[in-house]
Amino acid sequence: MKSFVFPEFQIIRDEEKCGQCRGCERQCAFGVHTYDPVADRLISDERKCVGCQRCVIFCPENAITVRPSPSFYRPNASWSREKLEDLKKQAETGGVLLTGCGNDKPFRIYWDHIVLNASQVTNPSIDPLREPMELRTFLGAKPDLMEISTEDGDVQIKTELSPNLMVETPILFSAMSYGAISYNAFRSLATAACKSGTYFNTGEGGLPREMRETFGKCAIVQVASGRFGIDAEYLNCAQAVEIKVGQGAKPGIGGHLPGEKVSAEVAETRMIPMGADAISPAPHHDIYSIEDLSMLIYALKEATNYEKPISVKIAAVHNFAAIATGIVRAGADIIAIDGLRGGTGAAPKAIRDNVGIPIELAISSLDRRLRDECIRNRCSIIAAGGIRCSPDVIKAIALGADAVYIGSAALIAMGCTLCQKCYTGKCNWGICTQDPRLSGRLNVDIASQRLSNLITAWSHEIAEMLGGMGINALESLRGNRDHLRGVGLHEWELDVLGIKGAGE
Amino acid sequence: MGFKIIMPRIRRELYNKEICACSIFGAMNRDGERFTGASVMKAIANMRVRGNGLGGGFAAYGIYPEYKDYYAFHLMFTGKGPHAKFFAKKELDAFLSQYFDIVYDEEIPHGDEATVSDPPLVWRYFALPKKQDRDTMLTDEDYIVDKVMWVNAKIENAYVFSSGKNMGCFKGVGYPEEIGEYFMLDKLYKAHTWTAHGRFPTNTQAWWGGAHPFSLLDTTIVHNGEVSSYGTNRWYLEMYGYACNLQTDTEVIAYAVDLLMRRQKLPIEIVAKILAPPIWNAIDQMNEKEKKLLTTLRMVYGPLLMNGPFAVIIGQTGKMIGLTDRIRLRPITAATNGEMFYLSSEEAAIRLISPQLDRVWTPNGGEPVVGELNNMRKVLQ
Repeated sequence: MKSFVFPEFQIIRDEEKCGQCRGCERQCAFGVHTYDPVADRLISDERKCVGCQRCVIFCPENAITVRPSPSFYRPNASWSREKLEDLKKQAETGGVLLTGCGNDKPFRIYWDHIVLNASQVTNPSIDPLREPMELRTFLGAKPDLMEISTEDGDVQIKTELSPNLMVETPILFSAMSYGAISYNAFRSLATAACKSGTYFNTGEGGLPREMRETFGKCAIVQVASGRFGIDAEYLNCAQAVEIKVGQGAKPGIGGHLPGEKVSAEVAETRMIPMGADAISPAPHHDIYSIEDLSMLIYALKEATNYEKPISVKIAAVHNFAAIATGIVRAGADIIAIDGLRGGTGAAPKAIRDNVGIPIELAISSLDRRLRDECIRNRCSIIAAGGIRCSPDVIKAIALGADAVYIGSAALIAMGCTLCQKCYTGKCNWGICTQDPRLSGRLNVDIASQRLSNLITAWSHEIAEMLGGMGINALESLRGNRDHLRGVGLHEWELDVLGIKGAGE
Repeated sequence: MGFKIIMPRIRRELYNKEICACSIFGAMNRDGERFTGASVMKAIANMRVRGNGLGGGFAAYGIYPEYKDYYAFHLMFTGKGPHAKFFAKKELDAFLSQYFDIVYDEEIPHGDEATVSDPPLVWRYFALPKKQDRDTMLTDEDYIVDKVMWVNAKIENAYVFSSGKNMGCFKGVGYPEEIGEYFMLDKLYKAHTWTAHGRFPTNTQAWWGGAHPFSLLDTTIVHNGEVSSYGTNRWYLEMYGYACNLQTDTEVIAYAVDLLMRRQKLPIEIVAKILAPPIWNAIDQMNEKEKKLLTTLRMVYGPLLMNGPFAVIIGQTGKMIGLTDRIRLRPITAATNGEMFYLSSEEAAIRLISPQLDRVWTPNGGEPVVGELNNMRKVLQ
């Protein structure tokens, strides 16, 4: 069938600069560029281009420009180009539209409507270059009070503490499974987490055996509805276990790793046959209610000898705050909430773009709900989905999160350009693919260095902003909405965020 | 832990935090000999430039030996004109007589009203709890806290200045020495421990309830500083039933001290490590046992860390404690002379009333200085 969709991108090649080295041809897994030996020039098929910019960045002569196609349908406020083309694609295929990465629609980004405070006169701002600035954070349940006994001035702690994760900076790598992302990308995240005093999350695809000893100490292992790659050693080599109930990019549905991406190594790690589709059901089929979840939480606590905090990850949806308090009462030590803009390797476009609520509102309402019920101490909150920079992190914490997960941001640090074609398995950047030719492009040493540089840079910036507010320990900013003001927000939005308007 | 207060929680947290700088002073006779407020008034007056006349106050311990077994409530009634004040008092009287047996009450004697600005009606009651129904489960102290929170939150124009036994707070709008003279602290009262405060709020909206000391039961706080962690401290304390509605960051310190010392029964040395903990770099280098203790404290009580600059004098029956923030951004000087123990923002104020001192020192940031009565029995009898 002739496709009526015109190319999304226009490729402009400067023939003066092009040296016919065929680098672009080798770089593009989508087969955009081909060499015509007769004419001795490279030809580009714009229909295949996904706009990932790999050829642009790797062209030694800087001869290629890829930009959005200037072609247009007659402008129509209701029928945007995207709506028209999506419809055409479905008319041509009869299928569900797939996509990758996070929601790219212009929902209000609250981070950009919140401003931070700074000290002036009445309390001194603190210079992080000269004074200690503490970002260390503990994730897990804390008791409401601590009992001690004193004998001859010797203080003993009587209260037994639940296990907690200690992070040197409140930024963790979000769940991205081996299988969805390449081994090198997975290992880069693990390496960077260990180096930066934080944690990476294995996602639902298991943890390769040879990585367990070295990287278990900075791993959070996930138990998802597909139960891939789970054995006692997997659970016990890590520092925390996370039950994945939902994901911000696709609340309410499961995952699908196509058989083509299930290589021998992925198959071994996931404990499934090679080449078989790895399908995670939409719900956990042993969790149809909150008491079932509680049983799984305690089964995992038993399996790990009560030595590891158990996290439960849910997508932020309409009544999630009430559900989350139930999850805390069901025994979870950490609640991970994933917002509307959370990323994914593959999701139906209709779901990614329309289900869930923005993370900023979710953090605030969850924190408030837990405080109102006097159980805020009993869990930590990790916020995920749409964290783009260090000010987003600090605002998330002031709204009540204990720490954040970054997914897309970490991938971008490794080279991702958010082309949204993760589900094709042809990632030219070697991140979201199992093709050895492509994944070999990602050098673990370099990628992990880029990741730990990012953590270092953000931590410095957080320290700088914190010092400006006259605060030298991150725990004094947690839930401290006094340091936030809203700009350009409606009354109800300020209410949900629990912040004053600027100037109030 | 048996009580819970239902608080009106505004969804948008539109509280106003009052910002101020201050002078603080404390004097204690560790032998329990009682002395008038004259010297303390003289000392705090010496630090006049640290205040701006918009708030001053005193806490005095041991002033009511004849009523030492009764809770002494100092109440303030405000409002435009005598009628409003009288109406607030009427409402409070009805509340008090329902929940307490009042053995004696009177207006707190004062000087010429023209010497201070807009004075409220200030009254004192000596009373014992009259617990009924579910309240019988509460300890006396929890009961008092419950009722004090109720009065401050619910009864319009009535505020509790202090609510401990054999102690009281006197405070108002003016320079501290003016407030001292207004209440005739140099003539009418003798205490074994005095703390005092002179205030420099940055906003002009001054009211008598906003002056220091802040108190709950017999714990009083005079505070110089600004609590940058106020929002965090506040939500944590609200979970334990403390309604923070006095529009000042100092009350979170008072409530934190009440929660940790009275309800959770932690000693001051531990409490100091919660309010002003050592930095992680220092903790990481301690021996295993200390490391475990301090790590656990920071994990459990992180939301009670008082961040930002502060110096406080905490008064309790038989104790006077000085503490600064962990990086000592506000001054405090400690001194002893025989049985006298002093804490002050400035050494000069101590020298003014006691030129000869045995020892003068500047405590480290986060390190509490504790003065205790040598013989509690002498005070209690």
